[in-house]
Amino acid sequence: MKAFWRALAKNRLALIGGAVVLVLAIMAVGAPLLAPHDPNKPDVKRILDSPSSRHWLGTDQIGRDVLSRMLYGARVSLAVGFVSVGIATAIGIALGAAAGYHGGMVDAGVMRLVDLMLVFPRFFLLLAVLAFLKPSIWTIMAVIGLTGWMGVARLVRAEFLALKEREFVVWSQSIGASALRIIWRHILPNAMAPVLVAMTLGIPAAILTESGLSFLGLGVRPPYATWGNILNEGKEVIELAWWLSIYPGLAILITVLSYNLLGEGIRDALDPRLRQSVGRFGVRGR
Amino acid sequence: MQYWNWLKRIVFLDFGRSFAPHGRPVIQMIRERLPITLALNVVEMLIIVALAVPVGVTSATRQYSTFDKSTTVFVFLGFATPDFWLAVILQILFGVHLGWLPISGLRLPVWEYLPFWQQQWDFASHLILPITVATFGGLAGFSRYMRQSMLEVIRQDYVQSARAKGLPESVVIGKHALRNAMLPIVTVLGLSLPGLIGGSVIVETIFAIPGMGQLMVQAVYERDYPVIMANLVIVATLTLVANLIADLSYSLIDPRIRVSRRGRR
Repeated sequence: MKAFWRALAKNRLALIGGAVVLVLAIMAVGAPLLAPHDPNKPDVKRILDSPSSRHWLGTDQIGRDVLSRMLYGARVSLAVGFVSVGIATAIGIALGAAAGYHGGMVDAGVMRLVDLMLVFPRFFLLLAVLAFLKPSIWTIMAVIGLTGWMGVARLVRAEFLALKEREFVVWSQSIGASALRIIWRHILPNAMAPVLVAMTLGIPAAILTESGLSFLGLGVRPPYATWGNILNEGKEVIELAWWLSIYPGLAILITVLSYNLLGEGIRDALDPRLRQSVGRFGVRGR
Repeated sequence: MQYWNWLKRIVFLDFGRSFAPHGRPVIQMIRERLPITLALNVVEMLIIVALAVPVGVTSATRQYSTFDKSTTVFVFLGFATPDFWLAVILQILFGVHLGWLPISGLRLPVWEYLPFWQQQWDFASHLILPITVATFGGLAGFSRYMRQSMLEVIRQDYVQSARAKGLPESVVIGKHALRNAMLPIVTVLGLSLPGLIGGSVIVETIFAIPGMGQLMVQAVYERDYPVIMANLVIVATLTLVANLIADLSYSLIDPRIRVSRRGRR
């Protein structure tokens, strides 16, 4: 563990990424305190004001403060990122562990399910599922999570396949420990490293996906402000108000960049060999 | 039971009729749009490979050079840039402010009346921005994989022995190393196809290109379920076919892997 922190501390880019991630989290949590204006209060006297000392990032079509909306948007974007990756990881671990530990029919079944899910381009699948559901912030989280667990399942399965042959597992089996206990207490802690990396790299992917959906008007619905929503509203008036389109996009870019830098840093610090397996296919959302 | 009937009809490519007021058969709508999306994705793929391979090889052979470092920066930016945002910004910059390129559709309304060469230019100029946006992220990814794969290969012994034989560096890299480094790339290429096709949803919607992606978004807006389901089926089939092509092309690159006729591996 000490070696891990030392290796991470040496990686300057990862540290910067981590710092930005931390600042973003504080901004999202502290949005009610930090926001200079009410994010949802229109001000008809200040429609599409350009950035000024009163409204640092300008105002939108109905005079709402863009900075405040972006701070509140950070909450939604980060929440969607965390929750959907949480869902994806939970499913991925459960199925991957079952497949890797039990092998045989279970393994075959799970892996065919993974293959089946991977046949659909994720964005098409997301849109199709969303068309059948009532749109809300919770559906978005659930749907992104439910379509993003395949990578984690594969990773966990691979780790389990290797670990279940090791002596400590065979010994626990010989003294009669239950399968669930062995999976949970003995194998899983040893398999968490790649999962952790996959989670760190999964969050930016989920944020990109959410903002893409919201940009199309099919993600999180107003009045919730999200970066994708602001961009969606901003594109109508981009010739009049560039600040509605530039800043939210930059926010997404910086967020995704920082998480990626941090994730790659954690990966290299944990185990340089992980380079092979994690993050190759996981970085980009679609 | 309804689902079973639907499945039975799919075998004959009968997806029913659209819920939209025009009520056209879904297959007809797809037939108009599929070639556009397909052609765009193939062109994007070719551009990505054509650019990413030399970039990746160069940054691997000159690891930690200025070129390598600047491509690394580009890669991270490419991964992090939301494609829809890039699209909007390029539209404003080149379409509105500079007025160099058209920002939506595939052809001008007066296309039919233009002379031949102007027609070609008009078509091409409509494609520049969408293709740039669609290739941006993929290019970043692939040059990264290419670099990684190349770095692994040039450490191998046979590359050293090829050098020791006195072969010129260009042959060592271009022939011995590249061929082996391409192998994992073909895998990634196959795996990333769904992503590329998925990306056409955003690109086609923003640039108003009448392809499958735009059809999908419109269908979701209108809750046109027959069209949605048919779209999913077609796109999944495309992915499967693309994966099959990737698998088959292994044997072209690597003679060790043969697609055997007698079930022998």
